[in-house]
Amino acid sequence: MSEQVPVLECRNLSVSYFVRAGEIPAVVDFTMKLMPGEAQGIVGESGCGKSTVALAIMNYMGRNGAIVGGQILFEGRDMRTMSDEELRQIRGSKIAMVYQEPMASLNPSMKIGDQLAEVPLFHEGVSEDEAKRRAREMLSNVRLPDPGRIMESYPHQISGGQQQRVVIAMALLSNPKLLLLDEPTTALDVTVEAGIVELIKEISSEFGTSMIYISHNLGLILETCDRITVMYSGEAVEVGDIHTVFNNMRHPYTRGLFNSIPVPGADKNARPLVAIRGQLPLPHERPKGCYFGPRCDYFEAGRCDAGHLPMEEVAPGSNHFVRCVRFAEIDWEALKPKPKEQEPIEPGDVVLRVENLTKHYEVEHTGLLFVSEKRTVKANEKISFRAREAETVAIVGESGCGKSTFAKVLMGLEEASAGRVQLGNLELSKLPVEARDGATISRLQMVFQNPFDTLNPSHTVGAQIARVIKKFGIEKDPERIRERVYELLDTVKLPRDFADRKPRQLSGGQKQRVGIARAFAGDPKMVIADEPVSALDVSVQAAVTGLLMDIQRENRTTLLFISHDLSVVRYLSDRIVVMYLGQIMEKGLTEEIFSPPYHPYTEALLSAVPIADTRVEKRKVVLTGELPSPTDPPKGCPFSTRCPYVIEGLCETTPPPVRSFSDSHTIACHLEEARLTAMEPVIKIDDDPAQAAE
Amino acid sequence: MLKLIFRRLLQMLLIMAVVSFILFLVFDSDKFKKQIATAELGGFAVSTLSEEDYQKWLAKKGLDVPFHERYVKWVLDVLRGDFGQSFEKNTSVASLIGERLINTGILAFWVFALMIPLSLTLGVLAGMKEGSFQDRTLSFIAVFTTSIPEIATAIILTVILALGLGWLPTKSAMISGWDWKQLVLPVLTLVVYDFGYVARMTRASMAEVMTSQYIRTAVLKGIPYRRVIMKHALRNALIAPFTIIVLQLNWLLSGVVVVEVFFEYNGFGKLLLEAALFGDVYVIQAATLIAVFVAVLSQIISDVGYTFLNPRIRFS
Repeated sequence: MSEQVPVLECRNLSVSYFVRAGEIPAVVDFTMKLMPGEAQGIVGESGCGKSTVALAIMNYMGRNGAIVGGQILFEGRDMRTMSDEELRQIRGSKIAMVYQEPMASLNPSMKIGDQLAEVPLFHEGVSEDEAKRRAREMLSNVRLPDPGRIMESYPHQISGGQQQRVVIAMALLSNPKLLLLDEPTTALDVTVEAGIVELIKEISSEFGTSMIYISHNLGLILETCDRITVMYSGEAVEVGDIHTVFNNMRHPYTRGLFNSIPVPGADKNARPLVAIRGQLPLPHERPKGCYFGPRCDYFEAGRCDAGHLPMEEVAPGSNHFVRCVRFAEIDWEALKPKPKEQEPIEPGDVVLRVENLTKHYEVEHTGLLFVSEKRTVKANEKISFRAREAETVAIVGESGCGKSTFAKVLMGLEEASAGRVQLGNLELSKLPVEARDGATISRLQMVFQNPFDTLNPSHTVGAQIARVIKKFGIEKDPERIRERVYELLDTVKLPRDFADRKPRQLSGGQKQRVGIARAFAGDPKMVIADEPVSALDVSVQAAVTGLLMDIQRENRTTLLFISHDLSVVRYLSDRIVVMYLGQIMEKGLTEEIFSPPYHPYTEALLSAVPIADTRVEKRKVVLTGELPSPTDPPKGCPFSTRCPYVIEGLCETTPPPVRSFSDSHTIACHLEEARLTAMEPVIKIDDDPAQAAE
Repeated sequence: MLKLIFRRLLQMLLIMAVVSFILFLVFDSDKFKKQIATAELGGFAVSTLSEEDYQKWLAKKGLDVPFHERYVKWVLDVLRGDFGQSFEKNTSVASLIGERLINTGILAFWVFALMIPLSLTLGVLAGMKEGSFQDRTLSFIAVFTTSIPEIATAIILTVILALGLGWLPTKSAMISGWDWKQLVLPVLTLVVYDFGYVARMTRASMAEVMTSQYIRTAVLKGIPYRRVIMKHALRNALIAPFTIIVLQLNWLLSGVVVVEVFFEYNGFGKLLLEAALFGDVYVIQAATLIAVFVAVLSQIISDVGYTFLNPRIRFS
């Protein structure tokens, strides 16, 4: 079997979009060879062209896209020369695709069974009954409970994780040779993601399907793929076996990417992340020569910008390619990143006290005629914790866990149903934002998740920051306000002339910096950051988290960091609160959360987070079942429906006791203390004892 | 769902009560009473009429009774199904309106029967390939025909088809009994005016659906393009135009005055105009009630139909 024909081969593929301004090259000179049964990962940041590659393989370019050069060979035949009918016969039967947003990818007005049955119906010409039978069988193959019910459901009637399983089932129905996965888990929660990743791995070993897995998440690629292609600005910059690239990367961009993601060894004080400076060039502004040149620390004028760079093999026969003229001369060992170490910040007095905070929503459920039943959504149930000055407290949980509701109560956008929230001496739980004075509002500010929607598109950046300054009455004089705007832009490391720009002229990371500048305009005591980096690319994430840390250090601000991303949380927070369905499951210092004893939910969360580090070994805990509806949570422990340790007859009926393991560490669980303490660590780091001890 | 319909019907009764009350109030003024008298007896006769005789005339017409009594009586009569007498035509309002409604109904039926298939087909064809030659041609035609006012369309069509080619009669009064030929011009005028609007809505909806991710899924599933359009795109694309089509019902009832009057077609719209000019209170009242009823009914149909077409709403 040495002379195998590759399933797919892209040779010098170039794809362009044609817009009014002219031709925009999206993918340039892309080469890839995929052998049968192999899983290839494509990573890169948004706009690097990775999704375009997938759609080019499918030959679905939209109206203004076109393949302008190169070949795509599927089982040795050039797909560019195929007729529409030949393409149709390959699509969905030999090459199938799984998409990023499962909800949007399924037809909302067609039953799932009918959508699935179409595949065998049109590719194999089987009878309707046979097609339905196969669809049902495939649904149980992707581990969906009750396939009969799902066949009869519409897409919106099942959860996001189930929808993605349906899409995967659809892709597998014709037993394809090649499966394209375009960010298949990005829209899902981590524990759901873990289940899907597990499924994808099982499929590849069971059916021997070749896969192309596109993701921005290096950890996921490590878990699923054999080989990896790193893309930057439309080009593949490094290609190789997954372990080779992860351990011996030879392209400065790959190195930069790895330095900017929080892996378990990273620490905000001892080993801070290093962001890649600058930003991704727009396709029509790409520099001559190496596209990464302007951001590269090893840039050498005259060589790097001389002309288009070819891919070169690192060593003959290594099957490791890199697009860099200087890869051989850079001393990769000596130039391990040298971040600046910083003293840990000493936290001060308690600033925020939350005691038994409860927020219930009444939802009117209208039945037939006049019968309307009232249901209570328990968004927050008896939440208690404290945050001290200059401390970072993270609230972690998946969607629906109530973390955003908590932020709303704190900001005064919602009133608490019961309990107390004290900021300094001020009781906030029943104080809506309209009733708060300027000073209180300026003391408590927020950085929002989506920087794209939170800036007014018709005002300049400077005006938006200035408005905050005026509103809070910090400065009155227009000259001084202007001065203060410039200072804030300096603080968030944006050029001063950005004050006159409109939000649309800014990149995502820059917008988020403006959001941060706005939040810090009133010199707040406390800032709530609701998923501030989750909409940003990894290299930008590092810069934005770094910025938040720096400002915090300077102003001794308390940071309440709301996130679902445990890697980021581990990196920057001092203490962590883990929430599930509106309740606190576990809270403690960061190291207490990340080492046993764990709450079973924390354990599953930790296991679910993909880690981009080959030395890390994880214990596998994959949750089954779906998140219960917040309108109808389990009577006892909210996690009891999915908990692998569930004690029948106890957990479902009785709320769990809160057990203390130290002054700061508590776990709400029915499991015996001894049992919790005896848990094995989820994350083990192999060869580096110094870091494993953390 | 039932609750929604029930609420809508309650709203309808409220609107009817308010509107009829206001109309009654307006028509109760002396000026309007005089106008009715003038319209019936002639201007000269009224000016020579003595106050006493005028009062007598009022008594004969039942207009001397105080306003609230008349209103209550009218409401009670309506509840019993009696809409009163037309001042102008001296027949019962119910039979008058019934006859006119049937005429307008026939007109509306043919307009719908032609306009819906035409506009949906053209809209879908245009929206299928946004920006293509086919799309731009169809969109232009749609904008063009909708932009010409009904009266202009009516004149143009009359000049060409009736006066020029002599294929069709110019008027549609149907004096000597029902004549299908006389129906053609009014129907054609309305279809030409209205199809562009619905076609454009359908086109926009179709174009949006065609760019959606589930159409991409369907194409990349490898099913034939025909089926992608017929099975996946069409149904989702028709949800929005459906609502608009049903709301056209309302427009066809009372918005076609111009066309009915121009062609002298004895429909509901023309009746409405005549009654308004004459001050024929009871006709106006009854017509208003019916207009409100149809308006609310079309709303209900469009809501129910929308829920039926869109499973995301049906099951939530």
